[in-house]
Amino acid sequence: MRRILAVLLENEAGSLSRVANLFSARGINIESLAVTPTPDETLSRMTIVTFGDDRILEQITKQLHKLVDVVTVVDMTGQNHVEREMALIKLRLRDEGSVDDLQRVNKVYRGRIADVSALCYTSEVVGTSEEIDAYLAAMAEHEVVEVVRSGPLGIARGEQVLSIRQNQ
Amino acid sequence: MDNLKQSSNPETQELTGAEIFTRCLVEEGATTVFGYPGGAVLHIYDELHKQEEVDHILVRHEQGAAHAAEGFAKSTGKVGVVLVTSGPGATNAVTGIADAYMDSVPLVVFTGQVRTALIGNDAFQEVDTVGITRPCVKHNILVKKVEDLPLAIKRAFHIAGTGRPGPVVVDIPKDVTEQSMVFSYPQDPDMRSYQPTIEGHAGQIKRAARLIAKAERPIIYSGGGVISSNAHEELTEFTRLTGFPITNTLMGLGAYPGTDPQFIQMLGMHGSYEANMAMHHSDVLIAVGARFDDRITGRLDGFCPYAKVIHIDVDPSSISKNFRAHVPVVGDARKVLRALTDELRDGKYTMPDISAWWGQIGEWAKKDSFAYEQDMDGEIKPQYVLDQLYKQTGGDAFVTSDVGQHQMWVAQLYKFTQPRRWINSGGLGTMGFGLPAAMGVQLAHPDAQVCCVTGEASIQMCIQELSTCRQYGLPIKIINLNNRYMGMVRQWQDFFYDSRYAMSYMDALPDFVKLAESYGHAGMKIEKPKDVEPALREILSLKDRLVFADFVTDPRENVFPMIAPGAAHNEMILS
Repeated sequence: MRRILAVLLENEAGSLSRVANLFSARGINIESLAVTPTPDETLSRMTIVTFGDDRILEQITKQLHKLVDVVTVVDMTGQNHVEREMALIKLRLRDEGSVDDLQRVNKVYRGRIADVSALCYTSEVVGTSEEIDAYLAAMAEHEVVEVVRSGPLGIARGEQVLSIRQNQ
Repeated sequence: MDNLKQSSNPETQELTGAEIFTRCLVEEGATTVFGYPGGAVLHIYDELHKQEEVDHILVRHEQGAAHAAEGFAKSTGKVGVVLVTSGPGATNAVTGIADAYMDSVPLVVFTGQVRTALIGNDAFQEVDTVGITRPCVKHNILVKKVEDLPLAIKRAFHIAGTGRPGPVVVDIPKDVTEQSMVFSYPQDPDMRSYQPTIEGHAGQIKRAARLIAKAERPIIYSGGGVISSNAHEELTEFTRLTGFPITNTLMGLGAYPGTDPQFIQMLGMHGSYEANMAMHHSDVLIAVGARFDDRITGRLDGFCPYAKVIHIDVDPSSISKNFRAHVPVVGDARKVLRALTDELRDGKYTMPDISAWWGQIGEWAKKDSFAYEQDMDGEIKPQYVLDQLYKQTGGDAFVTSDVGQHQMWVAQLYKFTQPRRWINSGGLGTMGFGLPAAMGVQLAHPDAQVCCVTGEASIQMCIQELSTCRQYGLPIKIINLNNRYMGMVRQWQDFFYDSRYAMSYMDALPDFVKLAESYGHAGMKIEKPKDVEPALREILSLKDRLVFADFVTDPRENVFPMIAPGAAHNEMILS
C-alpha cells in the first residue's frame, strides 16, 4: 500500500542521509522524497512516499522517530490531506498542428508552457501524482523526451499543523 | 605558565579545543579513556599527558579500545569512553561500535579527523567516519568548529546514556583541537528532537495488570534492558509477588538470581528445555527489556502460539517489530515494573493459582537439559571446567566471554546472581570481545575476580591485548577452552553439513603457555579432568597476575539443547 509521511527534522548536515540510510538499512524503498528548510530555518521538512503494509509502516515510523535528528513524524496516508506534485515535461510534438493538442491537454490538467524552442516544448504541470501520470498518458502520441518530477508534497487539510509539539 | 593561567580570569580565559576536550570529560566524570594515539589526535594526547584527572589506557588495537570501554560500561553502568585517531583508527574501532550498538552499550567514541580544510580531499588517514559509522551508532556528530565542541560532548554523553543506551561517535578534526575559545560547559543538552519516554502509560499498566491477574500459564521473559535500566530489584520484586516462572535472555542473565527456584534458566536457541517449552505453552508472556531476537524466537510463526504478550521496553521500535505485542508499554523497565508492582498490590487483583502450570514446568525440568557427564579418565568436558569455575568463584566473579560454544556453556552453567557480572557479545556475536572487555571490567573493579572464558579461536582475534594487560597489571584469569575447533562452526557443520568441517579446524596453534609467558604473564596447560579442580584453585588464588589457563577439552562436545534455525521452541534437539 502507498504511504505518505511528513517528517520534521533538524536542518543539519547529514540529516537527510540518516533518513535515506534508515530506509535502505531496513530494506524499504523510498518512492519519492522531497526536502527543504521550513520558515524556521533550523528545521527541514520532508515528504516521503513509500510502500508497505501496516506492520512495515509502524516499524519505519518508529525507526524514524528514533533518529536523534527527527523531531516529528506524521503518517498522512489515512488523514485528510492535500497532495501536489510538480512535473516539467519536455516534448517533441508530432507536427506543428499538434500545438492545439498540447494546449487542450494543458487546459484539462492546468498545465502551462514554460519554455519553447524550435524543436521542443516544455510543459509545467502541478497536480496529484495521478494527474501527472494522466497528463503523460494524454501526450503519449507525441515524443516525451524528458520528464522531471518533484515527488509529492503533502499538507493536512483544515486547521491541523505539523509542528514540533506533535511528537507521537 | 600554570601560575599565569590561574591568575587570569577563568571566565575570559581562552582554552584550546584539546584542553576543552579534557575539561568536558572531567565534567562528565568520564575519567577512564581507552584509546590509541595518531596524527589527528596528537593535540588531545598532549593535553592528556599534561593533566592527571583523566586516565588513559593504551590498548594495542582500536577494536580492543572499544570492547574494553564496553566492558567498563557494562560492568559499571557508566558511559564508556574511547579515543582513536582518524582513518584506520576509526575503522578499527567500528567492530566495537557496532557491537555496542547491537547490545545497547553506552559508549562515547571520539575519533580524530583530518583538518576541516582537508575533509573531502582524500587526505592522509581520512575516512568519512560519520558516514561509515552512521548505520551502527545511536547518533554521531562531526564537530566543525571549537565553539560546537562542548555542546557536542554534552549531547554525546546524554544520548549515549539515556533512553535505550548506545554508542555515539564524535568526530573531531585536528584544527578544532587547536582553535581556542572561552570555555563553559553547557548544563543542558538542549535537544527538542530527543526525549525518550521514561514513564509507562498508566492505562497500559492497568491493562497489563488485568491480563496478569487472569493468567493460567504465565511466563516472564526478561532481557538486557532490565540490566541497562538497573531494574533487577524491581524485576525480582515483581517476579516474587506474582510467583510466575521467569526466564532470561543471554543478555539478561543476572538480572534475576540464577539460583532462585522461580528461575527456569535461559531461553532460546541453546536455552533450557523447560524455558522454551514454557514459552511455547504460555498464555501470558511478560517481556521486559527484551527484543524478540531470532535466536530467542526461532521460527516466528511457531513462536508462543497461545500467548497474549505484554511488552515493556524503552525503545518503541523494539515493540511489535518481530512479534505483535497485545499490551505494549513504552517506558523505562525500572519505572514500569515498579508501577506495575504497585498496581498489582493495590488490592484490586488476586494473583492466579498457577500450581498446575508449575507442575508441568517441573516435569519439563526433569529433562535436566544442560546435563553432561565427565569421565574422570577421559577427556576434559568444557562444561566441567565451567561448572568448577562456578563452584570455586561462588558465582561471584565477573565473567566475560568470547563467542561460540564456550559462551553458551557459561550462560547455561554459571548461575549469575547479580546483574552486570556477565559481560558478553550477544547481538553482534563478536569473536575477540572477551579479553579486551575483561580489561575494562578489571580496570573498573580492580579488586574483583575477573575471568575471561574463551576458546582458542576467539582469543586469537584480540590476543595483542595481553600486552595491555601486562602494562596495567590486570590480573585477569583467561579460561581457554581449547578444543582445536571453531566449536560452534563445527557443531553446525555436524548438524547441517554432514560433518564436512570446512575451515573450522584450528591448525598451527601457538603454545599458549609460552605465548602468555612471553607477554610476562603466567601460563598453564591442563589436560586431565582430575587436574581441573586443583588447577582452577591455583589460578584463582593468583591475585596479582594474569594467568592464561589452556584447558585441552573434548573436541567433539556440542551445545545442547538446540533449536535449529527455522524450528520452533517445541522442536528442540536435546542431545
